[in-house]
Amino acid sequence: MDTLSDIKKPENLVYGKPALLTDNIMHYCPGCSHGTVHKLIAEVIEDMGIQDKTIGISPVGCSVFAYNYIDIDWQEAAHGRAPALATATKRLCPDKYVFTYQGDGDLASIGTAEIIHACSRGENIVVIFINNGIYGMTGGQMAPTTLIGMKTSTTPYGRDPKLNGFPLKITEMLAALDGTAYITRQAVHTAAAARKAKNAIRKGFEYSAKGIGLSFIEIVSTCNSGWKMSPTDANRWMVENMFAKYPLGDIKDVLK
Amino acid sequence: MAFKGTIEIDIQRCKGCSVCMDNCPNKCIRLSKAVNSKGYRYAELANDGCVGCASCAVVCPDSVITVYRVKI
Repeated sequence: MDTLSDIKKPENLVYGKPALLTDNIMHYCPGCSHGTVHKLIAEVIEDMGIQDKTIGISPVGCSVFAYNYIDIDWQEAAHGRAPALATATKRLCPDKYVFTYQGDGDLASIGTAEIIHACSRGENIVVIFINNGIYGMTGGQMAPTTLIGMKTSTTPYGRDPKLNGFPLKITEMLAALDGTAYITRQAVHTAAAARKAKNAIRKGFEYSAKGIGLSFIEIVSTCNSGWKMSPTDANRWMVENMFAKYPLGDIKDVLK
Repeated sequence: MAFKGTIEIDIQRCKGCSVCMDNCPNKCIRLSKAVNSKGYRYAELANDGCVGCASCAVVCPDSVITVYRVKI
């Protein structure tokens, strides 16, 4: 029987931090889904061996510092304008893999025009959309994706559709556009879900190389600070409430 | 065939979010009594039930867990 210290040898390694993730300590709150998604993207880029061919577009929001954590080329877009910047980048450097990484405030509210027209034009980019139903960075205000009845700092009695409107299912909206190739909704709250999300991200990058249109990967996430819950409670709340409105799975795949 | 595994945790980077504990099928991770330099209680191996499935490491938002596994 091996002792635990005998097992800790390089030849027995099964999983570790991807080399593409830098050693910077992430500024995200404990348990934030951003860290997990960053890791999945780093793994996909590392597995595909496209580190020197990938350009990320970081948004405004909590993930504004994404360029500090994944060791690839990055550009920083104005609020919501990541798909427009990605369009320019991809058209100027058609042999590169270009992806944007946006939250729901950035993509579904401030950048609605940019994402809809990027999808409509069918740009060959990958869009990673983190949907946690709240504006995380600015203090937990209501976002377009906030659920009915959900309490935020700007809807302290819960979101009322008469006053605040209904949640925006932007992923389904974009699936109706002809320029999109692959549209899926995933989560990263369990290991199985995270592995599926990784496969979806990989598929997005592969489709982008084929030049058949825009790949859109929504990750339903938690914002435990904004939701005022512990990370594990936030995961449970997400499964019970968010998945009812935002069911997981592929929504559109043109190659199927 | 059975596996025996173990995990190594970078305790200074761990933020004690407990998502790994929730995902461990054998419940062999716990939060430490001590805190790290940032004041967080960090994850640590609680017993020898680890089979090296890497579920904890896959969901770890801060990528602090390294997993090793051998066949026994």
